[in-house]
Amino acid sequence: MIDAKRRVLLKGSLGAGAVGVAVSAGLLTPSTILAAWPEAAFKATDSSAALKDLLGSDATETSDKVTIKAPDIAENGAVVPVTVESDVEGAKSISIIASGNGTPLIASFELGDTAVPFVSTRIKMAKTSDVVAVVQTDAGLLSAAKPVKVTIGGCGG
Amino acid sequence: MSNIKIRAKSSNGVTTVKSLMSHEMETGLRKDKKTGEPIPAHFIQEVTAKWKDQVVMTALWSGGVSKNPYLSFKFNGGEAGDTIEITWVDNKGESETGTSEIS
Repeated sequence: MIDAKRRVLLKGSLGAGAVGVAVSAGLLTPSTILAAWPEAAFKATDSSAALKDLLGSDATETSDKVTIKAPDIAENGAVVPVTVESDVEGAKSISIIASGNGTPLIASFELGDTAVPFVSTRIKMAKTSDVVAVVQTDAGLLSAAKPVKVTIGGCGG
Repeated sequence: MSNIKIRAKSSNGVTTVKSLMSHEMETGLRKDKKTGEPIPAHFIQEVTAKWKDQVVMTALWSGGVSKNPYLSFKFNGGEAGDTIEITWVDNKGESETGTSEIS
């Protein structure tokens, strides 16, 4: 029984190896151009799957060391300004998630050695939901959320 | 000719960079109102920011970033006159680079 499983595993890893060789040889395009772009994470339809794909875990801990700034009410869901800041030591990346979007992962910023854990950008939001910032550190994932109300049409909030 | 606008300012040892890129950022989910045909996805996937040839930050984006993206970031170091270079690559493989000096 155990032996049979071993066979399956070996077969599986051999298959994956062959694909890897094909990719590195440039036989599979165009993913070779942007090998680092985490397609699965960006296509994931829920936040936890996106985080697992991107960072290997969805175990986030709410922390006051992460600050997220976004408007309480966004009149135009197509342009929502978001600023994320953290004073945690050794932040490796900052990810921004709009929980209500069809594909929640908006962006991920990999920080170099000299980078200060700070990013500011503008995102699209499909509907009223939380915007979540996830900061990746050696000690785990720290997060902060901010609810943003998206108003549609001219009625205001 | 580059259409990436970059403004970088250094104060107390920290440089703040603000940039504006010109890109339609189509998610691929919208439909043409007249024909009903889906509008193909066309968005920036990767933005690399360099300070004097050293990568400060790499941004990985989806189509969820707003049209004509705004991006601001900070890093430790940087003096007036140093070069800041920002390059983006989109899902069609098109790319653009802009440079500016810290003021």
